[in-house]
Amino acid sequence: MNNQAVTQTPEQTSASRDEPALLPLVDVIEDATGITLYADLPGVPKDRLNVRVEGETLLIEAELVLAVPQDMQASHAEVQRTHYRRAFTLSRELDPDKVSAELSQGVLRLRIPKAEHAQPRRITVQVA
Amino acid sequence: MYRSLFPRDLFAEVDRLQRELQQSFDTVSPSIRGFARGYPALNVGSTPKSVEVYAFAPGIDPAGIEINLERGVLTIEGERASALPADDGKTTAHINERFQGRFRRVLSLPDDIDPAAVNASYRDGVLHVSVQRRESAQPRRIEVQ
Repeated sequence: MNNQAVTQTPEQTSASRDEPALLPLVDVIEDATGITLYADLPGVPKDRLNVRVEGETLLIEAELVLAVPQDMQASHAEVQRTHYRRAFTLSRELDPDKVSAELSQGVLRLRIPKAEHAQPRRITVQVA
Repeated sequence: MYRSLFPRDLFAEVDRLQRELQQSFDTVSPSIRGFARGYPALNVGSTPKSVEVYAFAPGIDPAGIEINLERGVLTIEGERASALPADDGKTTAHINERFQGRFRRVLSLPDDIDPAAVNASYRDGVLHVSVQRRESAQPRRIEVQ
């Protein structure tokens, strides 16, 4: 018997089963009222973009669609995958129900506002 | 070393194959000008009638992209504005990975292209440049009389 067969741990197997994906580059900017995230997703039409919040995780998944001629043969490819995936962990003061997203020219813009109670408030000092 | 006739784990094998394939792509440099990795990423393919170039350049005003073809050398240049706001002390950039500033990528095309027949379009952040090959260079079927 080949005893190498049992050296593979379950974790390794599941990791290799995960389809490798492109990691979209992002900018994340925070201001007083929330966070704005920009992600580069070239080649992604609106209907192939999937942004969702699962628990505290923000998940961006997208499919690259390129109309190439049928008889084309690739001679050089720097982008070799057609799937984008990236996940972020949200912190508690962000409001996952109010995330807004827009996609234009291959750039996704996400706005995640801070929850009401986390918004900065000016407290007026009462003179007694 | 003895190798089993049946691979231990099909998925591990596929993964290994994929990595080997990726490496072989990485080491091949098809032109003397090379293909430096940069912005925008380029994919190039060819058909019997044309050469197709795809530049992955999201978030750019199409009017600001300059494409030049000179003596078989294709140049794509332009500028990408920064998404970061001016530093006013009220915002914090936590992650800043996206490209900003001027870019320029150059690649040499095959000899048989027709410099007069170039088409460029921009869609979903991908610039597609299609260069036709010359009629005389295209494969032709010759009828026997």
